Amino acid sequence: MPARIGVYICHCGINIAATVDVEEVVRFAQTLPNVVVARHYTYMCSDPGQALIKQDIEEYKLNRVVVASCSPRMHEPTFRSVVAEKGVNPYQFEMANIREQNSWVHSDVQAATQKAKELVAAAVAKVALLEPLEEREVEITPAALVIGGGIAGLTAALDIAEAGYKVYLVEKEPTVGGRMAQLSRTFPAMEDARHLLAERIKQASSHPNIEILTSSTLREIEGYIGNFKATILRRPRYVRADRCTACGKCAEACVLAGQIPDEFNAGLSRRSAIYLPFAEAYPPVYTVDPQNCLYLKEGKCGEGDTPPCVAACPEGAIDFSQKEEELERKFGVIIVATGFDLFDARLKPELGYGRYPNVITALEFERLASPDGPTGGEIIVNGKKPQSVVFIHCVGSRDKTVGNPYCSRICCMFTAKQALLVKEKLPEAKVTVFYMDVRSFTKGGEEFYDRARGEGVLYRRGSVSEIYRKGDKLIVRADDTLLGRPVEVEADLVVLATGLVPRKETEDVALLLKLARSADGFLAEAHPKLRPVDTASDGIFLAGTCQGPKDIADSVAQARAAASSALMYLIQGKAKVEAVTSKVDPEICSGCGLCEAACAFGALKLDPKRKVMTVNAVLCKGCGACAVACPSKAIQLSHFTPAQTMVMVEALV
Amino acid sequence: MNDFEPKIIAFVCNWCTYAGADLAGTSRIQYPPNVRIVRLMCSGGIDPIYVLKALLQGADGVLIGGCHPGDCHYQSGNFKARRRVAILKKSLERLGLDPDRVWLRWISASEGQLFADTVTEFVKFLKEKGPNPFKTLQAL
Ligand code: FES
Repeated sequence: MPARIGVYICHCGINIAATVDVEEVVRFAQTLPNVVVARHYTYMCSDPGQALIKQDIEEYKLNRVVVASCSPRMHEPTFRSVVAEKGVNPYQFEMANIREQNSWVHSDVQAATQKAKELVAAAVAKVALLEPLEEREVEITPAALVIGGGIAGLTAALDIAEAGYKVYLVEKEPTVGGRMAQLSRTFPAMEDARHLLAERIKQASSHPNIEILTSSTLREIEGYIGNFKATILRRPRYVRADRCTACGKCAEACVLAGQIPDEFNAGLSRRSAIYLPFAEAYPPVYTVDPQNCLYLKEGKCGEGDTPPCVAACPEGAIDFSQKEEELERKFGVIIVATGFDLFDARLKPELGYGRYPNVITALEFERLASPDGPTGGEIIVNGKKPQSVVFIHCVGSRDKTVGNPYCSRICCMFTAKQALLVKEKLPEAKVTVFYMDVRSFTKGGEEFYDRARGEGVLYRRGSVSEIYRKGDKLIVRADDTLLGRPVEVEADLVVLATGLVPRKETEDVALLLKLARSADGFLAEAHPKLRPVDTASDGIFLAGTCQGPKDIADSVAQARAAASSALMYLIQGKAKVEAVTSKVDPEICSGCGLCEAACAFGALKLDPKRKVMTVNAVLCKGCGACAVACPSKAIQLSHFTPAQTMVMVEALV
Repeated sequence: MNDFEPKIIAFVCNWCTYAGADLAGTSRIQYPPNVRIVRLMCSGGIDPIYVLKALLQGADGVLIGGCHPGDCHYQSGNFKARRRVAILKKSLERLGLDPDRVWLRWISASEGQLFADTVTEFVKFLKEKGPNPFKTLQAL
């Protein structure tokens, strides 16, 4: 059947049409060989745009379609199903990328129009040679891997487990809970964060479908959607989970008791080298910190042969012979919920963090305000209750000088909350907030901000230039941008609303899973509007702050969205995978085996009887390395054959 | 030769460099319109005949883009590409073609800026070098 091609040029509103003369491209397309009809339309991906294609397929008996619009990485699946609906093989469809790779990166209308024409000509030339292909399906291993055990990871894990699928939750710390465990209360409802989290930890840890692996990191992930396999490294706790009752006697006996900065309390208190991160930690098993433990570092601790912690444990739970374990798990989908780091306030030396003990970060304030914190929830700094507290917004956010131009989204609201907590705990204290803008877009946020002002929190618009010490007070110097003059405010306590930054392990995670990162360094979603929890890799989803700053509510929302996206695959039990694989022409193949050596997946085997190569279509990933290795072009990658590529080159040069 | 606008054919892998070029687009990073991208699934699928075809037809430059070493979606395609391009460059010389007109670059999905910079730099380089002599040959 001769090729009958329909060509559709998308305006993408003005995204393309402002830079590319779409009518001119249509006129040009009409002159191309085998083109039966060519049109342009405002939004080809919209319903009327799709209807246009479908109607033309019927009316003009089209058997191949070209759409020139955005990247195929964006809408190829959309248009493939459009043409398939009308009986055109979805692989006899080709896209010309005239948006991302043309109108968005060039401004010269003439040059961009010329480029669009050539790209369309190449697509038309290729589509005429495309062979129909069958879509393949892979089975999905009915289990999920969740990376990160904070509120997002726990939530996603629970939803998937509730739907009846196995979940492996990998957490690198000795406990699940993440950052939320450190928070005092939530905004705007002022609920007890610890309580909310503890409940979720309880649900997840008691769920029969969830296996929680703490102190664990991923060493390797291989496979693809439906068939992933992970090698997980589990560090020893040196405490037997089946014996430990979390009585705490070991920590009391530890030689280093009260000497090691406690990360849970943001360094505001000190712990032992054997410890339980916090009361509701899961698993409720003590853990030895190998960085500090003297016995692990020096082989000896205390007077005798037995380390004091071992001697103190009534259950005989401490076991220094535990070794690192390598575990293997198989699953069909992955949810990444690796969280965030806090901006290091030392990078703004003018604010005096690290120099003045009464300049603290918001997280340290959270610990002070928490009933399970170092002060039992009282705001006490340097042994005194501050009478004047200054909060400073946007420390490390919206700040190009530290490379973070983005808004951290949560600091306005947590500062309002902290200001209210000061008002609640120290009604006499004077509270001032220095802000750039107040962004209170959270549901109930504006009301909450109003409440803070109503309760006497003074908001001053201005950027802080310096903090210095005067006697036992701090002086915060700022430019009040409303008054248009510098001001100085005296403070006993300064709280820095430190922003969120990508976790330092983000690079490792991105490499391990082959994920892209956006310009701010957080992990990139597949599309900012339409695919906010997907990644460019099938079967891998993002939840929580690994994708960008978020409050608890948004993290939970995204986690549940990621879980349902993952469940779509798990419930179907199979996923469509690319039909693009290598094919051998047995007439030409001489069985030399060069392609077999080029295949990284073991997808090629020589048929010993016929002496020709055979392709295992499930193992073949469609990279095309074999085709290049073949001296006689007997093996070719369908959809990317030399003939199809050569005609493109011809059209483009 | 001031108004000489070189034509570059870029063969890029779907997973890294093509996505990087898309990112340049979504980030609206501007670069010269001299490049035409042909998508391959992997840089390991770059057949030397594609490069030859482009050069013999008169393309002034050929850019081959793949994932960074270790990042290939298919494990080792980019290493294969690197070896093949090295050999190809040697043969180009023997054929009287200029191997400097062929660039192999690793550009990841998150390196939109690098993609734009690479094209900009390549265009500048080719402008200095002048047109591919085969172009005039074609015209004859
Ligand atoms: S997929 Fe990018 S080089 Fe192989």
